[in-house]
Amino acid sequence: MQGTQEPASGRPADRDSNDNIIVIRDLHYSRGHHKIYDGLNLEVPRGRVTAIMGPSGTGKTTLLRLITGQILPDQGSILVEGRDVAKMRRKELYEYRKRIGMLFQNGALLTDLSVYENVAFPLREHTDLPERLIRHIVLTKLHAVGLRGAWRMMPAELSGGMARRVALARAIAMDPDLILYDEPFVGLDPISMGVIVRLIRRMNDALGLTSIVVSHDVDEISSIADRTYLISDGRVVASGSPEDLQENCSAVVMQFMNGMADGPVPFHYPAPDYGEQLLGRDG
Amino acid sequence: MTKILRDVWYSVQDFLQTFGASQLFLIRILAGCPAAFLRPRLIIKQVHDSGVLSLAIIGISGFFVGMVLSLQAYNSLARFGATESLGVLAALALTRELGPVVTALLFAGRAGTALASEIGLMRATDQLSGMEMMAVDPVRRVVVPRFIGGIIAMPLLAAIFSAMGLFGAWLEGVVLLNVDEGAFWQQMRDQVDMYDDVLAGILKSFVFGIAASLLAVFEGYNSIPTAEGVSRATTRTVVLTALSVLVLNFMLTAVLIGEV
Repeated sequence: MQGTQEPASGRPADRDSNDNIIVIRDLHYSRGHHKIYDGLNLEVPRGRVTAIMGPSGTGKTTLLRLITGQILPDQGSILVEGRDVAKMRRKELYEYRKRIGMLFQNGALLTDLSVYENVAFPLREHTDLPERLIRHIVLTKLHAVGLRGAWRMMPAELSGGMARRVALARAIAMDPDLILYDEPFVGLDPISMGVIVRLIRRMNDALGLTSIVVSHDVDEISSIADRTYLISDGRVVASGSPEDLQENCSAVVMQFMNGMADGPVPFHYPAPDYGEQLLGRDG
Repeated sequence: MTKILRDVWYSVQDFLQTFGASQLFLIRILAGCPAAFLRPRLIIKQVHDSGVLSLAIIGISGFFVGMVLSLQAYNSLARFGATESLGVLAALALTRELGPVVTALLFAGRAGTALASEIGLMRATDQLSGMEMMAVDPVRRVVVPRFIGGIIAMPLLAAIFSAMGLFGAWLEGVVLLNVDEGAFWQQMRDQVDMYDDVLAGILKSFVFGIAASLLAVFEGYNSIPTAEGVSRATTRTVVLTALSVLVLNFMLTAVLIGEV
């Protein structure tokens, strides 16, 4: 399947489930009348950085919410370590989430808590560790993202890049197996972006994590991803290494990878005839 | 005509849906209450935020309401030569009605809006989703302490409102209008009943505390995560709390007096 378009109706051959921490099969999800996913199939290999790319509005963030059980699919399965997320009971779901770290687009730091308390938050909620040990863990995590010196600061005092690094420190506080990044590069200056890019790769390798990065920043993603999925119209239209995608001749892949304004994803939102509308005959 | 009926029907449906959802939300909150008392710091912080930070507006309002009450009552009582009853009149009005009701209305404007907008903004900035992703139930961690804090704060604020009101009534009546001070306090002591008046007022403010806190956290938690959504939730909190308090006040008064 690497570097090729996924068969429209076919289901990818089952692989050894031990290699994949997440297996998504025939996923359907609609919001109102709008179909977001229409038979999506996808696998996330363990210990690797997997990138999910696609044009804006294709439901990349929705996919993360489905993987974490925040919303439920209309049809299909999302197997994490062989267990279907949609069938988990509330308690199971919370236990599962303790093993996941998630970095939100805006960091989602708790604004009434300091940087230190934000990183300590999951530890305080889920463990009975003594304060000395919590302090040790928090400072270790903050050191890993280069913000040990900012431990006293409040979220309002942080720049966008710093907030995301603190959120990353919080996401790894509980030593998760899987970490999800939702558009981690949006709105960052080149230096902050470079820092986040390196951190994602470094954290993944140093801590033995599995990472899923949702983004549409082709260059940044290409530099760190082991495997990339390109999603459009509710399906995977291409997958493989970033190099495979660069060489892919499919029109939609070429449009996305080369940033072309028009193509299978049209520049114009569907509209009545331009001339008719200007003349007021569009009703 | 059909359109009007349809609109009315939709409004009734909407009201019933919201009412049902708020009651289900209340059950979720009540389920989280026992665990919340194991972490008293969170509740104490909310009592501070809802109660202590409302002290200024409650105290000043109570003081001036008491002064106005005294001034108005003095002019009426003077016609019948009954100005000595000023103290008991002010005390009954404040402990039974004005204290609980005006405090609840002020609470909705100060603390209720703060609660609704804070929780609404937490939703809009993914803080609640972030908690869910950290396997922390936001209802238990965020909503329940605020709800309990509001319920604890309301009777205390109502008591402070009444006390400041009595102080204002005393200042206006005794100091400025020369009502006999002995009669002012003695009649109050003789005719204000601890159970029928003071405790009835505390009971009312406790019920208003439940209503005001529930509406604030419910509106905030279920607000649409946009600037407009948070704004609407804040407005709805004030409007619904004011209406609920006034309706509940009539119902409680009827029950407490034993007549309708």
